[in-house]
Amino acid sequence: MDLSAINPILFIAGFFVAATPLIFAAIGELVVERSGVLNLGVEGMMIIGAICGFATAVETGSPLLGFAAAAVGGALLSLLFAFLTQVMLANQVASGLALTLFGLGFSALLGQGYIGVKPPRLGDVDFGPLADIPVIGPIFLSHDIILYLGLALVVAVWATLKYTRAGLVLRAVGENHDAAHALGFKVKRIRTLAIMFGGACAGVGGAYISLIRVPQWTEGMTAGVGWIALALVVFASWKPLRILVGAYLFGGLVQLQLNLQGAGVAIPVEYLAMSPYLITIVVLVILSRDANRAPGSLGRVFHASS
Amino acid sequence: MNFTKLLASAALVAGMATAAFADGHEKTKVGFVYVGPIGDGGWTYEHDKGRLAVEEEFGDAVETVYVESVAEGPDSERVMTQMALDGADLIFTTSFGYMDPTINVAAKFPDVKFEHATGYKRADNVSTYSARFYEGRAIQGHIAGKMTKSNIIGYIASYPIPEVIRGINSAYIHAAKVNPDVEFKIIWAYTWFDPAKEADAAKALIEQGADVVLQHTDSTAPQAAAQEAGNVVTFGQASDMGQYAPFPRVSSIIDDWAPYYIARTKAVMDGTWESTDTWDGIGAGMVGIGEISDAVPADVKAEALALKEQLASGEYHAFTGPLNKQDGSVFLAEGETADDGTLAGMNFYVEGIDAEIPQ
Repeated sequence: MDLSAINPILFIAGFFVAATPLIFAAIGELVVERSGVLNLGVEGMMIIGAICGFATAVETGSPLLGFAAAAVGGALLSLLFAFLTQVMLANQVASGLALTLFGLGFSALLGQGYIGVKPPRLGDVDFGPLADIPVIGPIFLSHDIILYLGLALVVAVWATLKYTRAGLVLRAVGENHDAAHALGFKVKRIRTLAIMFGGACAGVGGAYISLIRVPQWTEGMTAGVGWIALALVVFASWKPLRILVGAYLFGGLVQLQLNLQGAGVAIPVEYLAMSPYLITIVVLVILSRDANRAPGSLGRVFHASS
Repeated sequence: MNFTKLLASAALVAGMATAAFADGHEKTKVGFVYVGPIGDGGWTYEHDKGRLAVEEEFGDAVETVYVESVAEGPDSERVMTQMALDGADLIFTTSFGYMDPTINVAAKFPDVKFEHATGYKRADNVSTYSARFYEGRAIQGHIAGKMTKSNIIGYIASYPIPEVIRGINSAYIHAAKVNPDVEFKIIWAYTWFDPAKEADAAKALIEQGADVVLQHTDSTAPQAAAQEAGNVVTFGQASDMGQYAPFPRVSSIIDDWAPYYIARTKAVMDGTWESTDTWDGIGAGMVGIGEISDAVPADVKAEALALKEQLASGEYHAFTGPLNKQDGSVFLAEGETADDGTLAGMNFYVEGIDAEIPQ
């Protein structure tokens, strides 16, 4: 065993990159759920975002345009879910699962011509002399713009939900859609907008995997991140800032698992591989007194006549 | 009527239906079951090239079908059964984890021929075939030992099965031979194909000082990670992965299944097919060495090519004593070479590897 082989600075910097797709997908889903809708299609929207972003970045040569396209792709796919659940009043759980399966298949079709292609790279933000500060520079100031955007998004969602009228309306719709409707709020319109926001965020999260973390396109490459994002929203008890804690915990443990193996720690790999999930369960139990913080109308179908 | 009879008669009906539509002569139907997508750029990509070669060779006389990204386990059994019911005459199952499902399905369809890649269980209608990848890994190990400056070589391993352990040993023996200070860091990914995890594993190894990364997983994600790191050497696995040449990919092990697939399909057409066990290496052309790029110094390249010649002619065996096992006990005496049985069931590291095989 040689723990000194693990460079703590690079290791912690790796946390941030591993956690970013999770942060995007989870913060989007949090907004959706706070509006009272349960969308289980996060994985499908992420993988669609991954291929839309990849294809656009390759064709235009601009990674930023790729991320924009990923947001549009994810939002368009989520419109399908909005149509099913808000217009056709279909079951949200079944529609969400269908969205995931559709997304996985459709992305494989779209990605036919992009296997083995190298995407243009998005460089790190230039912080000038600040990036040379020991420890802090390499850990916090050596990343790409999208990573910082994710952090800013979490803070923005937190502030919006807590301090603005729009946030209050969104929460009212999620807590009690009948009361919100009686007050004259357009429940379906607000929920549709929330679903599209969630789709756009998931799309960007997916593109972060295909454009920055891996970076290449392969079918099914999101490999379950969308499902972890769903769990993360519950883990965070629907509170935006807790999303960050959960995402770093999870992203960090996956990194730790691989790093410890490299350092030759003689713990059976299976324990390391399951540790993120175990800790998630433990934290969930500890936080369980907050578990009834779920939005009151979560998952319920709204119809103005009911 | 029991299930087996039901399946058999269904196969018969399906077979007759196929025959009825064939114009004059019946097409030989060849099925392939793949563990990854055909666009993985590695293992499955090469098997699919073999399938296309069969189509090219026999033209209208054959029909090939394939199913990709089939999970090892019950899913694969369902896929194979479906292929047999659809009238396949010959089915290639191309991953180690398909071994038991292949045997199970073969027992239900005695008239269908099965070929399982990298396994060791055979039956009257089940052949096994594999390539001596460890010969290729000996050459990569030689280059890796010469190329490393940090003396730390990273290895992304998939599952702790003999095939993978053999590869690690072969690479280590030949790296240590040219560089006694070399140290192997091994990460088990527990997947054949998961680009995000492979990329993370490669990054973890690179951060821990590895400047050469070998892999026994199927995607090109480690090459992408190495390219980003800038000064890390990698090798193509299963396929040439030439899009990353001349650097970081400096050479590769290539699986060439086409001649084997063509020969076995021909045997089914001629009615001469028999259950066999094939294990060919560089000499027979089943294992190819991708071009050693100019990033490798000329003398190292010459040594590697000389090693390749010796392995191909049989003059040198990749596991030649004196060699000890990790615990210090004698594995091979001076000049002794490992027999195929030992190699096929290899479950220990050789002396010098400071790691444990996960149980």
